[in-house]
Amino acid sequence: MAEAIFEVFRGNREGGQPVTYRVPIAPGMVVLDALHHIQGHLAPDLAVRWNCKAGKCGSCSAEVNGRPRLTCKTRMDALPLDQPITVRPMKSFPVIKDLVTDVSWNYRVNQKIPPFSPRPGVEWKMYQRDVDRVQEFRKCIECFLCQNVCHVLREHEKMEEFGGPRYFVRVAALEMHPLNGKSRVRVLKDELGIGLCNITKCCTEVCPEEIRITDNAIIPLKERVVDEFYDPVLMLVRKIRGAKTEAG
Amino acid sequence: MSTDYETHDHDVLIIGAGGAGLRAAISALALGAKVGVVCKSLLGKAHTVMAEGGIAAAMANVDTADDWRTHFRDTMRGGKMLNHWRMAQLHAQEAPERVRELEQWGALFDRTPDGQILQRAFGGHTFRRLCHVGDRTGLEMIRTLQDRGVQLGIDVFMECTVTRLLKDGNRVAGAFGYWREQGRFVVFRAKSIVIATGGIGKAWKITSNSWEYTGDGMALAYGAGAELMDMEFVQFHPTGMVWPPGVQGILVTEAVRGEGGILRNKLGQRFMEKYDPKKMELSTRDVVARAIYTEVREGRGTEHGGAYLDISQKPADYVKKKLPSMYHQFKELADVDITKGPMEVGPTCHYMMGGIRVEAESAKSSVPGLFAAGEAAAGLHGANRLGGNSLSDLLVFGHRAGVAAAEDAKRTPAVSVDSTQIEQAAREALAPFERKVGESPYAIHRDLQETMQNLVGIFRDREDLIRALEELEKLKERAEHLSVEGSRLFNPGWHLALDLKSMLTVSEAVTRSALARQESRGAHSRIDYPGLDSTWGAKNNVTVRDGSAMALHQSPVPPLPDDLKQILAEEK
Repeated sequence: MAEAIFEVFRGNREGGQPVTYRVPIAPGMVVLDALHHIQGHLAPDLAVRWNCKAGKCGSCSAEVNGRPRLTCKTRMDALPLDQPITVRPMKSFPVIKDLVTDVSWNYRVNQKIPPFSPRPGVEWKMYQRDVDRVQEFRKCIECFLCQNVCHVLREHEKMEEFGGPRYFVRVAALEMHPLNGKSRVRVLKDELGIGLCNITKCCTEVCPEEIRITDNAIIPLKERVVDEFYDPVLMLVRKIRGAKTEAG
Repeated sequence: MSTDYETHDHDVLIIGAGGAGLRAAISALALGAKVGVVCKSLLGKAHTVMAEGGIAAAMANVDTADDWRTHFRDTMRGGKMLNHWRMAQLHAQEAPERVRELEQWGALFDRTPDGQILQRAFGGHTFRRLCHVGDRTGLEMIRTLQDRGVQLGIDVFMECTVTRLLKDGNRVAGAFGYWREQGRFVVFRAKSIVIATGGIGKAWKITSNSWEYTGDGMALAYGAGAELMDMEFVQFHPTGMVWPPGVQGILVTEAVRGEGGILRNKLGQRFMEKYDPKKMELSTRDVVARAIYTEVREGRGTEHGGAYLDISQKPADYVKKKLPSMYHQFKELADVDITKGPMEVGPTCHYMMGGIRVEAESAKSSVPGLFAAGEAAAGLHGANRLGGNSLSDLLVFGHRAGVAAAEDAKRTPAVSVDSTQIEQAAREALAPFERKVGESPYAIHRDLQETMQNLVGIFRDREDLIRALEELEKLKERAEHLSVEGSRLFNPGWHLALDLKSMLTVSEAVTRSALARQESRGAHSRIDYPGLDSTWGAKNNVTVRDGSAMALHQSPVPPLPDDLKQILAEEK
């Protein structure tokens, strides 16, 4: 039977190293199958997160041959098998053990976002054409691959100032909800630091749900921030009138 | 030995953070209770996220003739009349309100042309009834509940597993568990507990269920003295993927058939004409699963031992819009474009109708302070669950359990937990590390899955079930002597060793109940007793712990009141 050679990161907060495993290949096999084989036969304490194994829960994110992927959707027959397949944990988050990282920061960012709040007295009617663009954002499975590749987080480690693509997608879903009655523009600017994003589109490239994060979520939200806070005409009007606005 | 552990105090502790657990938490919080939610995975990854087709609720947005009575009748008929009538009634009556609530919390369902929530057809439902979001309804539901719960301020204990319920006399008073991350112990003191841990599918080899589905909640409740009911009724979903091997068992949503998908065998015959000419592909799951199994067994299966499911007669854009995750799933995992050709599908272990026996109104178990909702509870679905009735079950009875548990906690003075129970739970949890030589838990789990798959599957007979009980005894013995490698730091081998105990307990309850029921009804098919038996139709199997042994007895199905009998007699 054909075999693949895996180099899987084994270690914890203190450090670690790749360990080599040989895994028999079956038709249609994905990387997560190989990791399960390793757990079941070679290294029972290999730490891996997974749940649905069908690309719906976003648990099994890792970096396969340097590419951030869901391991349940990464086919072995799409990888070169003449060289070892490397599997490493997501780089942007602290390692707990092996492929499992501490993603709790994401849950803390989420708590900064004001929840859905409908306009008072709305009639609960919505049309598909208005719902369509928000449903794109609601597809997010929180695999955090976009957070992992975003250079503001990955290279510059601006966890304190920046929310990351996942949470711009969440804010976009709330802001563009047809019955939304609350503005989150100030939160976007001050708490989630959307200005730090310089639209390199790395997040969009890795999204397994093919959400057009940059084009459909981040850019329209940046425009809202600009309209609210940096429109020169509006700034002048506000100065003259001394009017209290959401920005003021 | 003196065990190190941290302690947390709550009025209501909820074990499980899927739809039922989160919905219970929201309702308990609304009544002012201090609520803790413990979950084995990260928040938002529970199995509810996998639900695809929709939430059944008689909102009558599409078919205006629909009402709770019809939903009630469909549910009872689908369950072959073994359902608890009161649960089926409450479920049908309250589901629409629970769906509207989700919308008010931000969920965005697909719409009708006049701006209402769109509903689709599904097996066993007389009318188009399933509120949905393409084929990712569960994701929409869990995200909505998760955001609502976080907003209201639930304490969430992620990646934390409960291994034992703690008692104060007769009453539950808390739970003992461990943090998966560091392996440290934790004790939760609580006046009431809601079990919302889902099902048991991981005891079978071919399953749509994730690693979490090991029957923990049922085993915990059983250990604490609660009754389990209807354990023989395990649903095999008719359509799981069959090829390639790695994806075997992954769910193919019933929405494919709801949207017009057609089943054929390798000869091109639309075989459902033979098994249910009236409802065809939209027959109930038990019937369709047996049909596919029979076609394969009789030599008319596809290349990889399944049936063809074809939706390619519909326009490609429509398929991609209504079944987007199926489109991607087949394209990426099986190299099949479902807009151009058929899928190969076969039965997969999917859902547990049985579980913890509860009172209909309050979701209360037979142990004071202990409640259960969702898949972990029994009663609503009887012998077979209709598609779409699970998500509505989670909402209706999650809410009811949360309310009842919060009220119960209010009435209860402080509880206390003695350290003996905690020490014992800690010793049991650490035992696999003490044994330096022993089998790997993975090997025992594989053999358990083989046993349940081969001997306690879709078709059963006495001989197989007796053999299964013998095998389970051996597996229990082996599990007593297994050992795990490594440390307590995020160690899946250790986690599996502890989950195995739950799987072995529920597997035994399933097998004993299946052996006792000498008839075929719903999801329980006995080759040696192929027909319905009216005596058995009036009885539920109930499993309780008797010392270290498992005891089984029968309990009469609660009789229907006359007004509901009337509804059932109506033909529609």
